[in-house]
Amino acid sequence: MADMPFTAASFDKFCTEKKLMATKCKKCGAILLPPRPLCRKCKNMDVEWVQLKGKGKIVSFTCIGVGTPTMIEAGYDRQHPYCCGVIEMEEGCRMTAQIVGVDAEHPEKIKIGTPVTVDFLERGSFSLVPAIANVKKVYAVFRA
Amino acid sequence: MSKRKLGRGVAVIGAGMSKYGVRAGVSNREMFVEAYKNMLGSVDRGIDPKDIEANYVGCCGAWNWETQAGIGKWCTDWAGLIPIPSTTVDNACASASVAIRQGIIGIASGLYDVVIAGGVEKMTTLPTNETTLILATGSDMAWETYAGYTFPGLYATMATAHMNEYGTTSEDLMAVAMKNHDNGALNPMAQFGQTIREIMNARIAKCREKGQPVPGWKDEMDFLHDAAYNPVVAWPLKLFDCCPITDGAACVLLAAEEVAKNFTDTPIYVIGTGQASGGALHDRDYLTGIPASRIAAKQAYEMAGVTPKDIKIAEVHDCFTIAEVMAIADLGFFKPGKEAARAAAEGKTLRNGPKPINTSGGLKSKGHPVGATGAGMVVEIFEQMKGHAGKRQVPIDANLTLTHNVGAHGTTVVVQIYERR
Repeated sequence: MADMPFTAASFDKFCTEKKLMATKCKKCGAILLPPRPLCRKCKNMDVEWVQLKGKGKIVSFTCIGVGTPTMIEAGYDRQHPYCCGVIEMEEGCRMTAQIVGVDAEHPEKIKIGTPVTVDFLERGSFSLVPAIANVKKVYAVFRA
Repeated sequence: MSKRKLGRGVAVIGAGMSKYGVRAGVSNREMFVEAYKNMLGSVDRGIDPKDIEANYVGCCGAWNWETQAGIGKWCTDWAGLIPIPSTTVDNACASASVAIRQGIIGIASGLYDVVIAGGVEKMTTLPTNETTLILATGSDMAWETYAGYTFPGLYATMATAHMNEYGTTSEDLMAVAMKNHDNGALNPMAQFGQTIREIMNARIAKCREKGQPVPGWKDEMDFLHDAAYNPVVAWPLKLFDCCPITDGAACVLLAAEEVAKNFTDTPIYVIGTGQASGGALHDRDYLTGIPASRIAAKQAYEMAGVTPKDIKIAEVHDCFTIAEVMAIADLGFFKPGKEAARAAAEGKTLRNGPKPINTSGGLKSKGHPVGATGAGMVVEIFEQMKGHAGKRQVPIDANLTLTHNVGAHGTTVVVQIYERR
């Protein structure tokens, strides 16, 4: 883990191992999610990988009927919307992610503050670049 | 950081736009020429194109929609202005405002006396699903789009937070759409020349014509509550909460204060300019406003030495109805929350209200050719300040005005303040 570069590709690799990984500033201790190669808070250049507990709560959300190509491919549409939102982890950092285990057809029933736990789902990736447009990828999502 | 001033005064002495809408068969550079000609026609004493020293063009998607890189240069070429320097600027939906700000900085630095700045966007060349995908690229592809976020989804998440914290309702947002459509109906350059009532009546007429059952809507609000005609795009936002996909161009003529009066007796001085960047949704301290808007506004107010109360009218970024609600609070016109959410419904931001907002129709009704939008805003305040806004002319003396242009969902914000002395 220590020698993995601080990149999105490393984050994806950790997801295949069912690990939700962030970086931590070695100076101020800030947890950086998405993982960053330097600290956005104190500007320190020295960070390290840390594994998150994967527990958090919904800060805000939407339910999308007209989705991204990846989500349309995954079977979502106006009749079957999906939920995504901003999740705040117990460690204090936040991430935007798909939220599963909620009734996306009745968004008025979904509550801000609902506790969620990380889960890992495989679906096609999203890109305008044809060569990587349909590559399967493991995504960190959150389950209510 | 200490208060900053421009190195010397800069004024807007001309502003023009192309017709906004679905402009089949008309390219970016051709729309730019339409805007350029209208801009030249707006200069009180005229200008010899030989006096124009540089061109700054905002555009964020010509690479996708027109398979053309460096579109600014081709706009310069088609305007007959080769070989002056052209700078193409991409800051998503704030591209034209950043281009104008660069033009202002170019003049303030002493490098130029007269420049043009604006933007173009040709968006209707691809199917809607592909265009929606290109618009999503304005947000963080690596992390937000990764999560499944579409562009409306990002603003919808801010709307959910606003509704949760302040009790904002869908009806509050619908009032913003109705106001902006009312204004846009009076704007001959707008994409929608119709009020929402007129759109509703057209739908009824179409049902009659086709011999289908005629919907019995009581009024516009009733129409907007009909999910068959106003479906959810990204809950809680519905179709009529969203701006359209638009082709269009706009540009302004900027001049140094020393030479501005050679062209007009009433230059529109740029007395404040601010620009800030913002991160992804997950890196923000709050979701009920746009942090970069507040920072850019503070810079602009401080430079201008004026307060939000002093501003007579403003064009603000209403790509979605919730965006206008957040903007008028971020700019300090109304208190964040209920007061800002209710402003349109209570008539405070109407054209003849105490603080007219988006008299042009805004992005919602005038249209949102993303790379041109910031310049289109300046066209409206220029016309209002000159008294040339026709049926949209506000009944007050609009001698101090503001434009507010957001890139993507708040990753860039430019706020500028204008004065007619």
